[in-house]
Amino acid sequence: MKRDLLGLKGVSAAEIEAILKGAARMKYNLLHQNKKAPHLQGKSVVTLFYENSTRTRLSFEMAGKYLGAAVGNISASSSSVQKGETLIDTVKTIDAMAADVIVIRHPMGGAPALAAKHAKAAIVNAGDGMNEHPTQALLDMFTIQEKKGHIDGLKVAILGDIAHSRVARSNIYGLKTMGAQVSVGGPVTLMPPDIEKLGVSVFNSVQEAMIDADVIIGLRLQLERQKSGLFPSMREYSRFFGVDDRRLRFAKPDALVLHPGPVNRGVEYTSSVIDGEQSCINEQVTNGVAVRMAVLNILTGRNLQDADLN
Amino acid sequence: MRILIKGGRVIDPKNNLDKVTDIFIDKGVISEVGSDIDYELEGVELEVIDASGKIVVPGLVDMHCHLREPGFEYKETIETGTASAAMGGFTSIACMPNTKPVIDNAAVVTYIIERAREVGRVHVYPIGAITKGQEGQELAEIGEMKFAGVVAISDDGKTVKNPALMRHAMEYAAMFDTTVISHCEDMDLVEGGCMNEGFMSTYLGLKGITRAAEEVVIAREIVLAETLNVGIHIAHVSTKGGVQLIRDAKRRGVKVTCETCPHYFTLTERAVEGYNTNAKMNPPLREEADVEAVREGLRDGTIDAIATDHAPHHIDEKNCEFPMAANGIVGFETAFPLAYTYLVDSGIMPLREMIRKMTVNPASILGLGKGSLSENAKADVAIFDIDEEFTVHTGEFKSKSKNSPYDGFRLKGKLCYTIVNGEIVVSQGILL
Repeated sequence: MKRDLLGLKGVSAAEIEAILKGAARMKYNLLHQNKKAPHLQGKSVVTLFYENSTRTRLSFEMAGKYLGAAVGNISASSSSVQKGETLIDTVKTIDAMAADVIVIRHPMGGAPALAAKHAKAAIVNAGDGMNEHPTQALLDMFTIQEKKGHIDGLKVAILGDIAHSRVARSNIYGLKTMGAQVSVGGPVTLMPPDIEKLGVSVFNSVQEAMIDADVIIGLRLQLERQKSGLFPSMREYSRFFGVDDRRLRFAKPDALVLHPGPVNRGVEYTSSVIDGEQSCINEQVTNGVAVRMAVLNILTGRNLQDADLN
Repeated sequence: MRILIKGGRVIDPKNNLDKVTDIFIDKGVISEVGSDIDYELEGVELEVIDASGKIVVPGLVDMHCHLREPGFEYKETIETGTASAAMGGFTSIACMPNTKPVIDNAAVVTYIIERAREVGRVHVYPIGAITKGQEGQELAEIGEMKFAGVVAISDDGKTVKNPALMRHAMEYAAMFDTTVISHCEDMDLVEGGCMNEGFMSTYLGLKGITRAAEEVVIAREIVLAETLNVGIHIAHVSTKGGVQLIRDAKRRGVKVTCETCPHYFTLTERAVEGYNTNAKMNPPLREEADVEAVREGLRDGTIDAIATDHAPHHIDEKNCEFPMAANGIVGFETAFPLAYTYLVDSGIMPLREMIRKMTVNPASILGLGKGSLSENAKADVAIFDIDEEFTVHTGEFKSKSKNSPYDGFRLKGKLCYTIVNGEIVVSQGILL
């Protein structure tokens, strides 16, 4: 049975644990200058991105290359989703070139799931619309586990544009599975309906969401939300929903500050928070490569004794 | 041909009839309904249908479907669409104008009527557009279309955005005694959504559509109808709030009628789980409270008619990313069994009332003079077996398209016969 990573919805704690364990080993290799590991030798990874991305795509590409895979990249503009070749046909074409893993980013929720139904290659979701971004949540959890030693029982606050955030959804699924307590905070216009049914506490004030948090995850705010009338201005947003040093004190003194990047300085977080002692934002990037190495390794079926995803 | 339908439970809501009796059809019309019919005429062929244990009802009337011809023959044609209708027990269907070209002038109306006469298996009544090209700018030639044969006007999936233009359309159409049908959807409120806004849209990471998008336009149409004292028919009501608005308006005496579709009283947004594009329609499937309200609206008479919104689409238009998938499902071949199973068998409403909403009510909203078994009426009849449970196999549909969320459903209410103008079109469940 082919294995995919389409999201963290329904992924068990044991499976997440296995990926995080694998990532720890990958990180050790990375930091010890072993960037030509043999795990994926003779394997191929193709990134298929229908949305602009620099960091996630590069992170997957580096992860593949560090493990010895052949890596190819395809960029399809968002407009070609509407006009050009269908997703199914594109995926079948890549499949026909004997790709082992296809990493997909797509503006529409469910697109990687559709691709997975039609591909022989393993599909990794690198972000689909507002649905999921599992490797981002895995790298967040990896960072938390590394710093705190555990995830179980921690209080994690996710702040900002929850409605449009695939990072928020994957984190909610993953963190809840790992036993964390999750609260979300942000303006009502950026809060998705019935989100509390996912087992999170919901606040329209970031301070309240942050009270006694062990970890805060600020989400990137897109300017286009202002144009859609969801908030008045970046200025007002940062005043009521941004995190500065003063507001950060609502969280525990040793709370970790995470962000999926790229950060809008002065909007989600002030520069003092971004560059402050509690910030793990840069380290998250390193961890992202390690987590993606682990995921690629597991999905290509080597080292089955390490981990079994589904 | 002469047909004797023997021993069936004859249900004719218009004539308040519900009893086991016989029907004699001669020269294409209902000649007699009764138990001691003298049909022994020498030398004339007589077809006897044993309807014992079955129900015999007026041929069903669908006031809202899409036949796709002209322009989208790859989805459906008048020939395949009417065959599908016949397999659902429908004998009269009204087709929406979103064809290519749009039904916005008498020539296209005439084309459809002629084409239906040539290849159609049931009666086809075109619905004309309210505005030219359904573009919401200028009125279409409503009077000319009426004289060419349209039974109503509607811009179908495109709500007339400008309320002044809608007002003029309603007043102008009233002058020609033409029903105006409104698909109620405020596109600004839709904001690019592709399913109901609720837990499932959050769970699937898809942009939701608030119920308000439907309800604000229902409210607008009610206000226009009330203020101007003209009629309006609301298409496919799907929300609790929509049912409530119409119920209140009817109590005040507003000339408003409405329909719903089987999917709005049988399915919730949960059917979308797994990005099931066969559960994507517009309005979208809602939640349990809405389904309950639609059922209650049907029961208490707020909702006048059950329509199919039969909307065939090619498999490629459904086998794609959910937000890009076409809206709509095929409906003729499951409408009656769904209504029977979910409304009657489950005890929500009496069989006669359900049949009323699929026969005489839609016929009278459109002024068709159909939907009854009155003596001397054209002999349009359907016979169903309501006891036997069967499994829906969408692959067996006569429609050219198979986009239905009901594959594998176990339902009651299997079609046995469809008779159109005294001719047997479906016999023992088989299309002739």
